[in-house]
Amino acid sequence: MGNTYFHSVTLDKDLCRGCTNCIKRCPTEAIRVRDGKAKIIDLRCIDCGECIRICPHHAKLALTDSLEHLKQYKYPVALPAPSLYGQFDSAVTVDQIMAGLLALGFCKVKEVAYGAEFVSRATADFLREHSSFPKPAISSACPAVLRLIQVKFPELIRHIIPLASPMETAALIARKELAEEGYPPEEVGIFFISPCAAKVTAVKNPLGTGKSAVDGVIGIAELFGPLSKEIRKIQKAPALQRSCGGGIGWAVTGGESRMLAGLPYLAVDGIVNVSNVLEEVVMGKLKGIGFIEGLACVGGCVGGPLTVVNPFMAKARIHRLAHAKTSRDVELPAYPAWQDIRLPEKIKPMGVLRLDQDMAVALQKMEQMEQIAQSLPGLDCGSCGAPTCTALAEDIVQGQADKVDCVFKLREKVTQLAEVMVELSSKLPPSIGKG
Amino acid sequence: MQQSNAIVMSFAVEQGDFKTAGEASSKIKSRLLQLGFPGCLIRRVAVATYEAEMNIVIHSYGGTIEARIVPGEVTIFARDLGPGIADLDQAMAEGFSTAPEEIREMGFGAGMGLPNMRNCSTKFSIKSEVGKGTVITMVIS
Repeated sequence: MGNTYFHSVTLDKDLCRGCTNCIKRCPTEAIRVRDGKAKIIDLRCIDCGECIRICPHHAKLALTDSLEHLKQYKYPVALPAPSLYGQFDSAVTVDQIMAGLLALGFCKVKEVAYGAEFVSRATADFLREHSSFPKPAISSACPAVLRLIQVKFPELIRHIIPLASPMETAALIARKELAEEGYPPEEVGIFFISPCAAKVTAVKNPLGTGKSAVDGVIGIAELFGPLSKEIRKIQKAPALQRSCGGGIGWAVTGGESRMLAGLPYLAVDGIVNVSNVLEEVVMGKLKGIGFIEGLACVGGCVGGPLTVVNPFMAKARIHRLAHAKTSRDVELPAYPAWQDIRLPEKIKPMGVLRLDQDMAVALQKMEQMEQIAQSLPGLDCGSCGAPTCTALAEDIVQGQADKVDCVFKLREKVTQLAEVMVELSSKLPPSIGKG
Repeated sequence: MQQSNAIVMSFAVEQGDFKTAGEASSKIKSRLLQLGFPGCLIRRVAVATYEAEMNIVIHSYGGTIEARIVPGEVTIFARDLGPGIADLDQAMAEGFSTAPEEIREMGFGAGMGLPNMRNCSTKFSIKSEVGKGTVITMVIS
């Protein structure tokens, strides 16, 4: 993997003021301020979107597609995330939202909430048939959490359930159904309507699968305005909804877990909380937990950085919609089963936090780092552009920063210089008498 | 003095301090990740160190955890100030526990700590003297 890793999360240089809000908030210490602007270290970024949320100048963006991109395909298909349903008044039905999407120019709407129900069934079947699978088994649904594990918890990769996400599953179902209806596959474009940036990255750099079945990703915030307008115009919406409460519930934390009846689970949201829980898993502290649902955003996907409505408000709406239709009238078709959505490739550890490829050299660097860190003030003020003094020490050892990037070190140096100057100024050349 | 190419980390562990137990394990783990140790070895070190920390917290009057890291190998020393273990064979048996009821109610003290530590180690040794304390040395490679 080179330096070409595509990221959805990116920076608008003109808006960035070089403040240190984002560097302090990044869970993988992937941001530095250089030349007065934030700089994202690509390989470390997990696209969790924390920086998008925290940036007071709105300089952090998520690159997504726009409605313009629909024109690239003759038959654009919308795959709305269940979190989209939480963005509207409770009076707005799923059918109305789907009709609104059709009015925006999509030729079909295939619900990710429906796909999620297949993933729930597949997960239960997979775990039943693989009773010795490492516990706690970790959900593969949140791409930011997957990347977090890749970067910070390589020892937990084998706990990740190797099944595709609801988004990929819904795309698979959509492709199959459209093909059956006679749409030429090359003219079909599948667009995920996303609450988060990490899904954009997951489509461009899929983990565990060679190629994503999704062609484009449009942020919820991007189409919220036009979609609301279309929904208001709708008089009577056709009955298109295929999802029921279980699938819709995936939009909020605990929704996925509740579908796995009987398995003792732990559902955690917020990327820092997820990281803390995973830390405890590594130590063997969490006993008796069979399944972990970790979601990067507080509240779950409804808290995604590309959503519009307050996540708690959205959560209340999701609960309402989920309760409105708790069971399905038609049983889920057999396809896709877990075998059909099994990730074909193993997720590999990234090793991006390594100080050096050679362990002996890495040890030397760590020793130097410790010495440097001890000489730094330990205030973690961020003025040097690194999130902590330890991070600066690491940057110095890696040749990416200088000791006097630290304002306190700089001040010390200036003081020393001033003292030398004072001392020099009192010295007179021998040719000048003392008077 | 540190030998070159070795990192030594040490941590004080207080009796009864459940809140910070796990800190040594967590800090050692993040260093190992930076050094490029493989995931499975990091996991063994993390589990063994955490169990050692918990033992000091639950059973001892306090002690220290020390990690010595060289390329490819980690040695964990867990030392405490007593009370010491009278019967080591019994202590090493799976399921044997002297943890009081309130500790068990917290989900600890299942009698798996020492056996777990031994299982995670490539080399494991335990020395104990009643009235003086216990020293556990675990080499993980």
